[in-house]
Amino acid sequence: MRRYCISLSSSSCVPHAVGNKHISCLFLIEWLLVLNSKMRETPLSNCERQFLLKAIEEKKRLDGRQTYDYRNIKIAFGTDYGCCIVDLGKTRVLAQVSCELVAPKENRPTEGIIFFNLELSPMASPAFELGRQSELLVKLNRLLERCLRNSKCIDTESLCVVSGEKVWQIRVDVHVLNHDGNIMDAASIAAITALCHFRRPDVGIQGEEVTVYSPEERDPIPLSIYHMPICVSFSFFQQGTYLLVDPSEREERVMDGLLVIAMNKHREICSIQSSGGIMLLKEQVLRCSKIASVKVSEITELINKALENDRKVRKEGGKYGFAESMPKERITALKTDVAPVEMTDIEKKAEDIISGTEPPSDSSVPSPVVRAPGTGQVGEGLENTWGLDQLEEDEEELVDQAMEEGQETEERCQSPKQGEVVVISDSEEEEVVILHQGVQVKDSNVPASSSQQQGTGVSKKKKKKKKPAQ
Amino acid sequence: MEVEEQSIIALREFGCEQNLLSRPDGSASFVQGDSSVLAGVYGPAEVKVSKEIYDRATLEVVIQPKVGLPGVRERAREQCVRETCEAALLSFLHPRSSLSLVLQVIHDDGSLLSCCLNAACMALMDAGLPMGCLFCGVTCAIDPEGRIITDPTAQQEKNSRAVMTFAIDSAQHRVMMSSTKGSFSVNELQQCIAVSQRASEKIFQFYRDSVRRRYSKTL
Repeated sequence: MRRYCISLSSSSCVPHAVGNKHISCLFLIEWLLVLNSKMRETPLSNCERQFLLKAIEEKKRLDGRQTYDYRNIKIAFGTDYGCCIVDLGKTRVLAQVSCELVAPKENRPTEGIIFFNLELSPMASPAFELGRQSELLVKLNRLLERCLRNSKCIDTESLCVVSGEKVWQIRVDVHVLNHDGNIMDAASIAAITALCHFRRPDVGIQGEEVTVYSPEERDPIPLSIYHMPICVSFSFFQQGTYLLVDPSEREERVMDGLLVIAMNKHREICSIQSSGGIMLLKEQVLRCSKIASVKVSEITELINKALENDRKVRKEGGKYGFAESMPKERITALKTDVAPVEMTDIEKKAEDIISGTEPPSDSSVPSPVVRAPGTGQVGEGLENTWGLDQLEEDEEELVDQAMEEGQETEERCQSPKQGEVVVISDSEEEEVVILHQGVQVKDSNVPASSSQQQGTGVSKKKKKKKKPAQ
Repeated sequence: MEVEEQSIIALREFGCEQNLLSRPDGSASFVQGDSSVLAGVYGPAEVKVSKEIYDRATLEVVIQPKVGLPGVRERAREQCVRETCEAALLSFLHPRSSLSLVLQVIHDDGSLLSCCLNAACMALMDAGLPMGCLFCGVTCAIDPEGRIITDPTAQQEKNSRAVMTFAIDSAQHRVMMSSTKGSFSVNELQQCIAVSQRASEKIFQFYRDSVRRRYSKTL
């Protein structure tokens, strides 16, 4: 980052007046943040950009699709209820619905709560950072909420258990696993499919008591869904001259504007959003809504078919879940059967290892010694040999002196020897001396009573006080 | 089916698909029974200055839970996986660069940490990052009767007295990482390690088979 900072400050600060420096710095920081977040995204070269635009002008797309074609949509369900993975071409999205009993909002005591959380996992693209509220993330979350919550496609009143006290909170987690363009459509398909697939536990109310039944006791209940809104994205190029359905990641990078229409199969528009600052004509919007209605009915049919298929497999007791939807014919995929593990000599081996290791040495842990009230000591520690040669004499004197002072703390007489020590040592050294003194007391097997130790402390303080006097 | 499985020591059927995502440099999904983890690897790429290490690559591991935001449990798992990967990767070959490994839990039906480790290894292999050895994860559980269960389901984990996960290297079948929960004796620990080492051979054989299959047309 520093590198960028230098190069930027030399180029961008120069044109500003000195008084504007503050503003330019702010601008610079903002710019750096943008740079930092986009640093890992591979930039699109001018050649690529021009190539893509030229191809679009000639009604050609890189992946061989026609203008109004969607990429292949694949829906796979997990073993849990309310879990699905949607593949839209190479874009892959995972949705999981979960539920929880919570207190309702105060102004709507009889309505359940629906919560959407779309996450751009750093797996999906190198530009996505963990836990960063990027503009794209906010936009997608808001669009998803508008598409599914504000269109009232889910009967929230049926989620009420006890009015004003307990309602179901339905949480929809959508994880983007691979970003190859048109996340919004994939996310909306995944979210609505997961919601249709989801079953919540049954509850029984007896008086005040609410019982939540496990799936074994009572069959879980599906949510009541009135209609299925699905987002269809249109990208515009060359100021709206050209239009493409379901843009890929490359196409999204060169587009001028984006129009997202959320619609259900009854041709009711649930939400519409135009972004990118492009002026659209009324005819264009109407044409897009017509295309959307066709796409939505196709996708709805596909979702229903996938749901029906999964229901059938579950009913018949066949195998289901992601493990089953793994392609077996690809050479990048491999599956094995249950692999038994031989257990013949495991016990012997374990015993050998244990008998082979040396048992921990049996030296008994010394019992703790209490030298003074409020202290404890385990073991004797090692003898400190630091600077003992030079200081030995002084220390001995100090010990004598300390003991003297410990016995008669009131006495403030000042021996010439003591004075010498104080003069040569500054306060830090003094502390070292005191420490040694403690060791010395221990080593010389003088019974160190608490009063004596306290005495040494006092003596130290005294010496400090005396020092400035000299 | 569950009752049958309990009496035999076995790994559930497992499978893997590599290179299934287009954006990451390496990706793999690993399935163990119903447990499933998707892994994506980016790198070696440019590293943030604050995270730069002068003599090796910086490895970041992120585990994303399926519901809600990552919490302490995910952080602990991330650390286990990161330390194992750091031990296996020859990160000194890419100094001052970043490697990031993102693991997405697709379904948790027990032995999740070992599934994460296996997915991570397959993704690193797919990314073609240099490694000193491969690694795999094996989870063992000890049920209240003291029997060892390998690769337990979520239900078996719940009923068990102790759950242990080991990361085992392919070169010498040594333990690279262990994460344990519950109480067990030294003898049981050694037995579990021995079982895991035995089970790891199956997984390494699977790695070998899948690589052989993958490159069967190019070699």
